Amino acid sequence: MSEQFSNEPLLDMFIFETTQLIGQLEESILFNEKSSCYTQSAINEIFRIMHTIKGSSAMMMFENISSLAHSIEDLFYFMREENPQNIDCSALSDLILEGIDFIKVEIEKIKSGDAVDGEASALIDSIKVFLSMLKRSNASTMLTEDKEHNSIKKQQYYISSEKVKTSTMKNTFKAVICFEEGCEMENIRAYSIIHNLKGLTDEVFYIPEDIIDNDESVDVIRREGFKVILKTDNSYERVHEFFMQTIFLKDLELTQLENDDELKQLSRVRQVATDQISKSQSLHKQDKEDKGTDSKDTQTVSTQQSIISVSVTKLDKLMDLMGEMVIAEAMVIQNPDLKGLEMDNFQKAARQLNKITSEMQDTVMSIRMVPLSATFHKMHRIARDMCKKLGKEVQLEIIGEGTEVDKNIIEHISDPLMHLVRNALDHGIELPEDREAKGKPQAGTITLEAKNAGSDVLIIVKDDGKGLNKEKILKKAKENGLLHKSEGDMTDKEVFNLIALPGFTTKDSVSEFSGRGVGMDVVTKNIETVGGSVSVDSVSDKGTIITLKIPLTLAIIDGMNIKVGNSRYTIPTTSIRESFRPKESDIITDPDGNEMIMVRGRCYPILRVHEHFGVKTDITEFMKGILIMAEVEDKALCVFADELLGQQQVVVKTLPNYIKDSKKISGLAGCTLLGDGSISLILDISGLASLKKVSM
Amino acid sequence: MADAMTQELLEQEEDTQKGKFLTFLLGNEFYGIEIRYVTEIIGIQAITEVPELPEYVKGIINLRGKIIPVMDVRLRFKKPFREYNDRTCVIVVDIKDASIGLIVDSVSEVLSMSDGDIVSPPEVSKGFSNRYIKGIGKAGNEVKLVLDCDKLLSDDEIGAFDAIHN
Repeated sequence: MSEQFSNEPLLDMFIFETTQLIGQLEESILFNEKSSCYTQSAINEIFRIMHTIKGSSAMMMFENISSLAHSIEDLFYFMREENPQNIDCSALSDLILEGIDFIKVEIEKIKSGDAVDGEASALIDSIKVFLSMLKRSNASTMLTEDKEHNSIKKQQYYISSEKVKTSTMKNTFKAVICFEEGCEMENIRAYSIIHNLKGLTDEVFYIPEDIIDNDESVDVIRREGFKVILKTDNSYERVHEFFMQTIFLKDLELTQLENDDELKQLSRVRQVATDQISKSQSLHKQDKEDKGTDSKDTQTVSTQQSIISVSVTKLDKLMDLMGEMVIAEAMVIQNPDLKGLEMDNFQKAARQLNKITSEMQDTVMSIRMVPLSATFHKMHRIARDMCKKLGKEVQLEIIGEGTEVDKNIIEHISDPLMHLVRNALDHGIELPEDREAKGKPQAGTITLEAKNAGSDVLIIVKDDGKGLNKEKILKKAKENGLLHKSEGDMTDKEVFNLIALPGFTTKDSVSEFSGRGVGMDVVTKNIETVGGSVSVDSVSDKGTIITLKIPLTLAIIDGMNIKVGNSRYTIPTTSIRESFRPKESDIITDPDGNEMIMVRGRCYPILRVHEHFGVKTDITEFMKGILIMAEVEDKALCVFADELLGQQQVVVKTLPNYIKDSKKISGLAGCTLLGDGSISLILDISGLASLKKVSM
Repeated sequence: MADAMTQELLEQEEDTQKGKFLTFLLGNEFYGIEIRYVTEIIGIQAITEVPELPEYVKGIINLRGKIIPVMDVRLRFKKPFREYNDRTCVIVVDIKDASIGLIVDSVSEVLSMSDGDIVSPPEVSKGFSNRYIKGIGKAGNEVKLVLDCDKLLSDDEIGAFDAIHN
């Protein structure tokens, strides 16, 4: 248990590495499946990945993952060596993907700290069955799997004719080291002894040889002790002292050998053994090399540029500090002490500072930006699985995968995307026969597109299926009593947006993929959490387009500061359309007491900030204050304030949890610190507009 | 298992702060808060009002870049409001990872009171203040009322309800 404690950073590393490898593996398999079967390089790559996973999971004591990886590794080793001709590619892919899923589940368990207790034996058996089928069908005789693991016991001593280099060192020692019972990981300890021995001498031989790779060496060490034979100039005492430093040492038997016969024997043995190894099926020596190049390979294969992985907490801290700096800079530049002073040089320097700060801010933001390609590629797998199960044919097209979004947002996107793709496949795309009957190509197309639009990122999921059925939706909505307006009044868009209501589905029965009415609800909730919006459009029989609009950045916005009485408020600049001083005659009051104003033929409700928020102010006449017209999506309203203070880039800070928990204050999206240290509340235009709408 | 260990460490840390109370004055009464909740004490500063909050939550303040809500303890305990002067202090407490400032008339001292000195409050049904009192402590020949910070924060719903009824 305490091992887990000390292994925390190792565990993180393991999870990170394995997740990356699995992602790579999945991509490779999907790709190869499409291009009908596995190239030699793909087989090699898969083999290497499985080998790495086996090794690292064994080291972290996750036996089930390790044994599963091992059996897949066997499979691919066979494929690599024998190059069998008739492989059932799709069955093979299914098998491997099952294995990947198993490992994914286990990794999830590890991440959440649950016990890693998945049963891989069924999977391993099916892999073994597949392998034996493969062998039979290729009539290969050389292979025996068992030879691999159990081969380590005692190395056989051959006297070969090869000459052994005579060493110049004087003393030969033989040490037999016994570790204490229950100290675990004897093989690693043995390895560290050897490693440290390199400081004393180069000529070291030890039994058992394969302490790193093979877990059974642990048993050997336990039974017979760890035998080391070395040649060194150091004295007996020095060598003895060295060995005594080993932790958990129970017994040390150090003998000085008269001659180096035994040494020579062993060295010969090693050479023979290596010959044997290269011929036989056990690949321990190769493994070591492979492992060395492995890590380098995986790094270079997965990325083109040099990339460094940074912990997200550090990035978060950097972002926070960046935010603080923006505030501090504003506090310096807009310092009330400087009011009214003429300072040209200061202004110049301030502008320079501003330039540098904004550039730094942009760079820090961009660090957290991650391209959407990873998320999009995940959809390939989902599409493939669903196609198989539903018997439909679909092509997934991805456009603009290089578009980057903030890391926080990526996590909130992948679930919605998955739901959307599933919906498209389940509801939208018709069966191949139906498509042909309609004159469409048999294979449906689902397009995932991402692009930048102003300060938002648009993610569009388009399919060329049968589109949304307005009548069906309206009917279901009526049945469930979800209609607010009469049918005739609803625009198409509003009808389509009905599908996002929780529990809404036009499917009569629940299937594996849909029918609970939950999918679209998840989508809207997730997207709204990051402050984005969802819109649905559809043409019957042509297809459906679902657009997700997500803001680029959460934390820093451009805001316009306004003053109401002694309080300050901020309106996000992106929602401001114009500001003006109205004429008293322009204001219309309806019987309910709501005030409105007509501007260029459109009617906007007016929000008096001082009334709404209960702020004391002297300016209550429209002519003395200023009206700011703000619009979010299709909701617009005019905000009445005392005066405009100026534009500023502000760091959005959320209201303290205490306040948020006790009451949800509609109309406030957060707060920010102004240049003089005072707090300004950020108005949530869409929230305020909805308020006004309802009251109207 | 890891949790148990960190839990132990936390408890050990808290032990050095156990039994110490920060006392402050509200009118004529002394109240005490366990020092382990107290993060800092600052003088009163400009408060930005936030609408639609209960009366005793005065608003939010900017504490070195951090936004902290402040609560007037006098109003919380249904005492008459007193104007803030230069003796008025804000005690910033940190409860369940939420920081909140308590506006008090003045701060007195840090007292050590062992568990033996503190008795549980009498069961008096009238009055709000009793709900927030964890105990009554004796220090010298004076009596200090020990506040229960959790109740102070989380009892809001009940407080709001009763406010409507009253």
